[in-house]
Amino acid sequence: MAAPRDKSGRPIVVVTGMGILTSLGAGKTDNWTRLTAGESGIKTVTRFPIDGLKTTMAGAIDFVKVDPFSSTGLSERLAVLAIEEALDQSGIGSKGDFPGPLFLAVAPVETEWPQRLEVGRTIGRPDFTTMDVLRASGGGRFADNHHRFMFGSVANNLADSFGTKGSPISLSTACASGATAIQLGVEAIRRGETDAALCVATDGSVNPEAMVRFSLLSALSTQNDPPQAASKPFSKNRDGFVMAEGAGALVLESYDAAMARGARILGVVAGCGELTDSFHRTRSAPDGKPAIGCVRKTLADAGMEPEQIDHINAHGTSTPENDKMEYLATSAVFGDHTSKIPVSSNKSAVGHTISAAGAVEAIYSLLTLEHQRIPPTLNYEVPDPAIPFDVVGNKARDARVTAVMSNSFGFGGQNASLILTREPA
Amino acid sequence: MAEPKEVWITGIGLISSLGEGLDAHWDALSAKRVNVDEQRFAPYIVHPLAPVSFDAQIPKKGDQRQMEAWQRIGTYAAGLALDSAGLKGNQEILSRMDMIVAAGGGERDLNVDINILTADAAGNSQPGFLNEKLMNELRPTLFLAQLSNLLAGNIAIVHGVCGTSRTFMGEEASSIDAARIAVARIEAGQSDIALVGAAHNGERPDLLILYEFGDFNLTGQYAPVWQRKDKPGFALGSAGAFLVMESREHAEARGAKPYAKLTKVVADLARRKQPGAVTNSLQAMWPKLGVSDDKAALITGTTGAEPVTSDERAFLAQHPGLAVRATGTTFGHTMEAQFTLGLALAALSLSRGALYPANDPTGLEVEKADAPTQIVVMGAGHWQGEGLALVEAVK
Repeated sequence: MAAPRDKSGRPIVVVTGMGILTSLGAGKTDNWTRLTAGESGIKTVTRFPIDGLKTTMAGAIDFVKVDPFSSTGLSERLAVLAIEEALDQSGIGSKGDFPGPLFLAVAPVETEWPQRLEVGRTIGRPDFTTMDVLRASGGGRFADNHHRFMFGSVANNLADSFGTKGSPISLSTACASGATAIQLGVEAIRRGETDAALCVATDGSVNPEAMVRFSLLSALSTQNDPPQAASKPFSKNRDGFVMAEGAGALVLESYDAAMARGARILGVVAGCGELTDSFHRTRSAPDGKPAIGCVRKTLADAGMEPEQIDHINAHGTSTPENDKMEYLATSAVFGDHTSKIPVSSNKSAVGHTISAAGAVEAIYSLLTLEHQRIPPTLNYEVPDPAIPFDVVGNKARDARVTAVMSNSFGFGGQNASLILTREPA
Repeated sequence: MAEPKEVWITGIGLISSLGEGLDAHWDALSAKRVNVDEQRFAPYIVHPLAPVSFDAQIPKKGDQRQMEAWQRIGTYAAGLALDSAGLKGNQEILSRMDMIVAAGGGERDLNVDINILTADAAGNSQPGFLNEKLMNELRPTLFLAQLSNLLAGNIAIVHGVCGTSRTFMGEEASSIDAARIAVARIEAGQSDIALVGAAHNGERPDLLILYEFGDFNLTGQYAPVWQRKDKPGFALGSAGAFLVMESREHAEARGAKPYAKLTKVVADLARRKQPGAVTNSLQAMWPKLGVSDDKAALITGTTGAEPVTSDERAFLAQHPGLAVRATGTTFGHTMEAQFTLGLALAALSLSRGALYPANDPTGLEVEKADAPTQIVVMGAGHWQGEGLALVEAVK
């Protein structure tokens, strides 16, 4: 029998393992229960002082501890836990021996404040210069800082622990990073380079400077009280996104390889698409053309018609511009069918997990397919009349879902979309 | 699977401590010129960017203001690469051109940092002090000059490269993987044409601090890479290196001339706890390249840091016929850009029918009289990751 291929003659890519952590909890079971119950993971930040900040809430993950604390260390720990859950479900390979490459979406890395302050304090006087800091940094006292704050450190440590093959790839495409990690895995399997890929996305960036940076760009919601009401995608009174932490890990395999080892298939990555927006560094083209192109490319890649999409897991950041542009782009592609597609944004509950969002939301999309139940968009009290989506507001909705489109539209013009289905087309 | 498509390098953009453009680089390499600054960050040594007028590739001052040096270097080099491939302003191709950028992050505002550190050292750091300083003193748009994926973002905005856009991170390995994935995609027909490259600003105290944590910086007096045995380390260098890669049929259809063919890129992550791990990894990858000429040339991004440089020497000792050139001697260590810099110099050499002269008092590098037909490009990260590529003349 000929190996099953998709409409373009390529190997079909399936998901056989998933692991997830968000501000709602650890693992698929907790996440799905709380997400569909309409719970929020957004809280007032307690990890560090919030004095002087305009935004004081986030979807921080405080139930996972790392010592010494760093956002990069937390990102790595979250990724480890998500991968362990995904591998456990998939049953692929053996401990410390994953039979394929690692594609990791991770936030850009740099030396963080606790470590920077520690170096400054060793100088022993208050009037020093950057060159003094430089001279105080060597001699091996702070060697761990080098190893921790290499951009490749998280991926390299994960590759070491889980025995992935070849050179692991660390990538950043801003808010689309998680989707890009999946896309790279899909492409590698379609090329026939590998039968399996470990696609992971993680973000542990709730720290003072990261919050200040987004705050200074006026990207964050400042509706701090109550914190769980701040993220309100598609609502008229939305005012920005809520930073959050999370990780998602997916084991991708060719359909053949998964069937050959008798793996349970959780879903299919039927299509991926990507198109860059060159309009502005933080804003999308007002006509939505790049996002439209991205959605069309994704449909074409999957060999599907717009009418075959029966749910959209939206990027839905809750920023005034991005939500509007998403509706514009979606309605341009789906036309009259738009109003028939239930739309929801997981960011209303878990916040914006930034580098992790694409993978976290792909996993929620696959759980939606499995449970035939669409998780709610929280805080949908004042619908924005300019965004007449069929928003699944506040309460989960049971529905027949066969194909989900999951969108990621981010800073730097990064647009990526995925189509996930239950069964091979 | 269909036969893999041939990948051509049809555009090269170079800017570094030696100058900008292919002629300037060829002349400087031929004259064995090295531009090194031992004073500015003494005792730390850097290879500073040669003076450049960014207006030539980034015409809008507003765009330049939105970028920090590493992004300007990269956006400039990307423009040179598009020019050299004859693609500047070709909307039809640029709008579907794929891009993989290897990037670190952007410069910090060192004045803000030092104010916070000194205030903290003086005991003046109540809860919320850090927040207040950052909220009041950070320039709002600085973040955009720091985000890794915003080099690609700026290239899209300034030059209109708008197909897929992916940013790989992870120091030296990131550009090896960028080239590897771009080649794999073109070979498999997933992409017709791609812009691949990286940029590095080596004149950054915050980066010197990062590498000083691991005692990797070269200090005191400059020495060529192969002469650093007793005093290992690297001198950071500034450079932007971008390549246009495309399938042979795509290039021929638009009448583009190749500089060279990029036949193979391989990469791995040796577990370096074992001595000799990088030597073994490079040896294991070597047969995959298909080098047929035992007198081929090899351009390496050797850092001068240990123990990896010794591992690379041990690997080279097993291939005694190769004419080796270490880019670190001339350009310093340009981190993410080092591997694409090596690919660019390999393609340039093949297109000029000569390998540039050796620049090595230790004699490890030997002259090559005849025209090279195969040039291997090698990269081994100062801490992690290693890879090889084979660049060949187009007959």
